[in-house]
Amino acid sequence: MRAKSILTLCDGPTCIHKNSRVIREALEAEICKHGLSEEVGIHLSGCLGMCSKGPILIINPGYTIYGGITVEDIPEIVQEHLVHRQPVARLVVQEDHLYNRFFRIFGDVDFFGRQMRIALRNCGIIDPESIDDYLSVRGYEALAKVLTGMSPREVIAEVKKAGLRGRGGAGFPTGLKWDITARETSDEKYVICNADEGDPGAFMDRSAIEGDPHTVLEGITIGGYAIGAVKGIVYIRAEYPLAIKRLEKAIAAARENGLLGNNILGSNFSFDIEIRLGAGAFVCGEETALIHSIEGRRGMPTPRPPYPSVKGLFGKPTLINNVETWANIPVIILDGGEWFSTVGTETSKGTKVFALAGKVHNTGLIEVPMGTTLREIIYDIGGGIPDGKKFKAVQTGGPSGGCLPEDYLDTQIDYESLAAAGSIMGSGGMIVIDEDSCMVNLAKFFLEFTQDESCGKCTPCRGGTKRMLEILTRITEGNGKEGDIEKLERLGNMIRKASLCGLGQSAPNPVLSTLKNFRHEYEEHIYQKKCRAGICSNLVTYEITEKCIGCGACRRVCPVNAIAGKRQEQHVINQETCIKCGQCFTTCKFDAIVKA
Amino acid sequence: MSEITQEKLDQIKTYINRIKQQPYPGSYLIAVLHRVQGMFGYVPREIMDVVAEEMNIPTAHIWGVATFYHYFNLKPIGKHVVSVCMGTACYVKGADDVLQALKRELGVKVGQTTEDRLFTLQEARCLGACGIAPVIMIDDKIYGELTAKSVVELIHRYRKAAGEKTA
Repeated sequence: MRAKSILTLCDGPTCIHKNSRVIREALEAEICKHGLSEEVGIHLSGCLGMCSKGPILIINPGYTIYGGITVEDIPEIVQEHLVHRQPVARLVVQEDHLYNRFFRIFGDVDFFGRQMRIALRNCGIIDPESIDDYLSVRGYEALAKVLTGMSPREVIAEVKKAGLRGRGGAGFPTGLKWDITARETSDEKYVICNADEGDPGAFMDRSAIEGDPHTVLEGITIGGYAIGAVKGIVYIRAEYPLAIKRLEKAIAAARENGLLGNNILGSNFSFDIEIRLGAGAFVCGEETALIHSIEGRRGMPTPRPPYPSVKGLFGKPTLINNVETWANIPVIILDGGEWFSTVGTETSKGTKVFALAGKVHNTGLIEVPMGTTLREIIYDIGGGIPDGKKFKAVQTGGPSGGCLPEDYLDTQIDYESLAAAGSIMGSGGMIVIDEDSCMVNLAKFFLEFTQDESCGKCTPCRGGTKRMLEILTRITEGNGKEGDIEKLERLGNMIRKASLCGLGQSAPNPVLSTLKNFRHEYEEHIYQKKCRAGICSNLVTYEITEKCIGCGACRRVCPVNAIAGKRQEQHVINQETCIKCGQCFTTCKFDAIVKA
Repeated sequence: MSEITQEKLDQIKTYINRIKQQPYPGSYLIAVLHRVQGMFGYVPREIMDVVAEEMNIPTAHIWGVATFYHYFNLKPIGKHVVSVCMGTACYVKGADDVLQALKRELGVKVGQTTEDRLFTLQEARCLGACGIAPVIMIDDKIYGELTAKSVVELIHRYRKAAGEKTA
């Protein structure tokens, strides 16, 4: 009998969008046609992280990765690969061979070769909806190890030894947090998984849950054992329906198999996990706000201390960690804190997942060891900037983070280095910006977000961000005044120092960091009334040069009839009526229209 | 979908009664509001009174919670909800053009519903599909790599489908 082939089809949102579900049907039909149903298994995986090459199909044995496949390619793949055992070379995603020290199966592709997957180790490999699949990759072994041979103190000691720090953004040492919560005496304690991933541009928590929900559950259960809690809660965004569904399914499967509930694995430890949905408030990612939201109230932060580890959910000691932090726990228990601490830098251990997006070739989720440089991420893994454009900045940490220019490309990724450079690790959004973006406008965009999401409780954040936004709006509209830059700096520093919670304290970061690194762009906007990227429409004028052949395409497309000219003669834009929509600019095939 | 029937009221009451068996029943308020919105497409003011009565929580508190969270609609919504992702990746790749095109095509502002009750236009925070930015979500389907032009074509497709159904 022939060896069985396993086909793994990526079922992440991007691949679904690129028709992966239709491809699946075509695959099944084709396999059936060749009578191979018995010896070929198809299964779906969570996001594999190679979004730009999607849809992705991996065929095992052989670990052949196919990308960008269409329904038309299916007969060829089945005929050649499954029948004749010859991979279809033209569809294989393969760049130079790089050895991956952790997971050889991904080592053949440059995009994966530089990565090291700990938190996402099973994402894309196992079927997220099958507990058996998870068990086959040493799933729940860490929990068994803890329950059968480790005391809660030993578990905490292991996490401390690993040097793991919170992956939600602030980087508080996880082991210490566990220790403090464990020392509290109370009849009830809670463990919370923060899956309220609100940073625009970050989607690692969603992918971790969609791709491998059991890892997160196992981590939470271990945490519950370590601090002596009886209940865990996953607080997840309502905007993530697929993640919620998979989580519900995983919890049900864990209960059926005695991995949640009373006397887990025959031990004295009883623990259960419940899902609570968020409702679209960014501030609920802040731990005290999150707790109020679970309690059924408005998600507004309260001053700390008391910290949740002392007085948290329902007034009881509560341990809150982010999804990615929890996903690291089973690995630390299985492979040991000592091994874990060999990965990364002096102060930041392990790996970090980043959502790489924006103006870069390979967008998607990546997990790299701490200490990797921004350059390696953007140029080696990300494949550089498309369309021959020039790199301008990289934005890390979402609306709480900052923009780093080219000089900082060799900055190592760890909590301290990023902070020293003027940005933050944050939850791990990483947006690459090229010369086509205006930094003032980008800062305004982030501030619009934080201003909108400010809960309104404390004045610096509520009122201060509003005033800052007004000044930025004025600058981008061409009405900037002398002294605006200084006022922005003063306000920004005040808001940073005086706000109640992390949202307010970090809200001015995008403005302050662009002021520091791209001050000249602000000055150009204010004094020369110029936007070099041509984004701020009030500061742009369109003109037609002598390259114009008089085809009339721009005249027809102009929504306000501001363009006039005879056939085959150079056209002219009437600057009075022009609304600067830019349609003529994109329509012209002869590069005859210039932005100034 | 948006009309209030006795059957729906009974469902809500049954759900709340089940919650009351749990410790800290008041903490399930947001879950109840999710359920209400799932039934009606929005959270009707009258239903808040029902929830208040059943859960023994003042309507004022429920109003406070419902208005705090972006996810809850306080007005009826259209047949299709069009959410334009305004996350950073989409923004950098031209989400604003897509939004402006939608506003023009539908003739509504963000948060409003078209007169024919077919579309409600919303802005969304990151939808987590940054790889195919800019994206919009119509109901629970994601469309990516859009332009000002292709998004209008997309709306035409939905209009056509709706027209066929009613015809």
